[in-house]
Amino acid sequence: MTDAIIDLKHLVKRFGKQTVLKDINLTVQPGEIVGLIGPSGAGKSTVIKTTLGMEVTDGGSATVFGETMPNRMLLARIGYMAQTDALYDTLSGRENLKFFGQMKGISGAELNQAMDHVAGVVDLKADLDKRVSGYSGGMQRRLSLAIALLGNPELLVLDEPTVGIDPALRRQIWAELNAIRDEGRAILITTHVMDEAELVDKVALLLGGKVMAFDEPVVLKSQYKVNTIEDVFLKAEGDLK
Amino acid sequence: MRIIAIARRVLKELFRDPRTLAMMFLAPILVLWLMSVIFNANSTTNVKIGTVGLQSSLTTNMDDIKHVSVHKYDTQKAVKQALKDDKIDAYVKKTGDDYSITYANTDSSKTSAVKMAFKSALTVTNVNTMKSQLKLAKGTIAKLEQTLPVAQQKQLQAMTGAQKKAVTPTIHNHYVYGDSNTGFFAKMLPILMGFFVFFFVFLISGMALLKERSSGTLSRLLATPVKRSDVVFGYMLGYGLLAILQTVIIVYTTIWLLGAEVVGSVINIIVINLILALVALAFGILLSTFAASEFQMMQFIPIVVIPQVFFSGIIPMDSMAHWIQDISYIIPIKYAGDAVTGIMMQGKNLSSFGLDITVLLIFLVVLTILNIVGLRRYRKV
Repeated sequence: MTDAIIDLKHLVKRFGKQTVLKDINLTVQPGEIVGLIGPSGAGKSTVIKTTLGMEVTDGGSATVFGETMPNRMLLARIGYMAQTDALYDTLSGRENLKFFGQMKGISGAELNQAMDHVAGVVDLKADLDKRVSGYSGGMQRRLSLAIALLGNPELLVLDEPTVGIDPALRRQIWAELNAIRDEGRAILITTHVMDEAELVDKVALLLGGKVMAFDEPVVLKSQYKVNTIEDVFLKAEGDLK
Repeated sequence: MRIIAIARRVLKELFRDPRTLAMMFLAPILVLWLMSVIFNANSTTNVKIGTVGLQSSLTTNMDDIKHVSVHKYDTQKAVKQALKDDKIDAYVKKTGDDYSITYANTDSSKTSAVKMAFKSALTVTNVNTMKSQLKLAKGTIAKLEQTLPVAQQKQLQAMTGAQKKAVTPTIHNHYVYGDSNTGFFAKMLPILMGFFVFFFVFLISGMALLKERSSGTLSRLLATPVKRSDVVFGYMLGYGLLAILQTVIIVYTTIWLLGAEVVGSVINIIVINLILALVALAFGILLSTFAASEFQMMQFIPIVVIPQVFFSGIIPMDSMAHWIQDISYIIPIKYAGDAVTGIMMQGKNLSSFGLDITVLLIFLVVLTILNIVGLRRYRKV
């Protein structure tokens, strides 16, 4: 278990008096897609922020690549995509890619090659020189994903990556995510879409500040004796009450 | 490397936002131009002067001056009432050999116009009087010289000298409103220049960082291995370059449009304003932390920016209470204003303003450190 890319142990996080995360245990192994599902306000984004070192734990430990977070240099090996698109509207898609590539420390020919590759993955090559303000919602989402993919990070942290993306493209993106997984890289993904939760290798069910269940979708379904992850989710939520 | 990339991005964004750019460059020019129009119009203003008990030669001489009209009044009471009723701008009264002038002083340009008019009229009158007196004296002396012994001649000469002295009277100035320092536009100009630089850099940089916070790009930026200090320095570099451009434009606008005279070096003025711009930038970034929206950022203007004008030195501080004067020590514009005033009006060097520059730099360093620490809110390393 020591070679886990993300290893969260008994994670506790408080904001003021409110304890958002009570006891989070979660591991992400290389070559694994882990899906984090839970109702809004369950603390999915907080788990992600703590993993990235934007927040510090109030208890327990958060290690990424075997090192305790927060650690600035590790961020070069992580691709992050937030819930909001977080793009510079007045710049073109290419300029956005270039800027964030430079921030990640990629430069020169390597950067051009990386930009070309990620633009191809999200199917934005033709629109790369348009300004982001002229992009549709789906295009902005794709550009945001492309930025996260820059520099072939060993770990991808994606917060709701497929919201507002049409089905054909979503399938294409999942194909790419699977390819990344097969290269031995790891992905932590949050999602609302329950049928997407079927596509991941492991599901972590986040309820009441705790990971209520963490296993392969198939195992979870048989454990809760239901047919879909959505039912698992509803049943677990019901059990909690 | 990253600093340059951030600076380049900041500038690129700005140059694609024509309205903001226009605000930064055209708004100061517009305001300065308006001021110059108003200021120039005032300088050719017509003034009306009331007189009480003045010799007619002086009155006539004053009336002969362009844009000046003189009205005679019989009593001081009448002339006072006229001043109160806005019929005249000032009145001159003769008491013994001295003159006393009372100005309404609601308009400083009129006050100075009256002053000038009276002085020149008085000079003309004196010269005329002296000429005729001299002629008279010369004639008398010539006549007497032939008849009087030497000792008495000397006495006579002393007497004529005393007579000459007596015709140079003192002028007493009185002001209904304010004092002789009221409203020197020239004095305001260097401070005003600094104010424009401060105001626009403060506002635009604060807004820009606020937008980064609210759109999430700041979080995304900090999810890369970029240093927090790189972000702050990148912003400083970008806006620093912009501030240089803005200062150059404002300085040359002031010189060409307003005909302001710059005795010292323009480069020195730019250096001071650049430092001020960086302080404004750091200030704007810091305050944007406490604003949740653009509207809240605007609310800082009356609280933070406008009071700076009051303490900047535009209004003379000497007569204010001590605790009010002490407030001015924490006003960055005051230091920049002092320095630019000295450079512009007295032609002093940067080295004369070591203290002012040091204080500005302390502001800058403290605010920058606060900003770098403040970004911890978004990333803990």
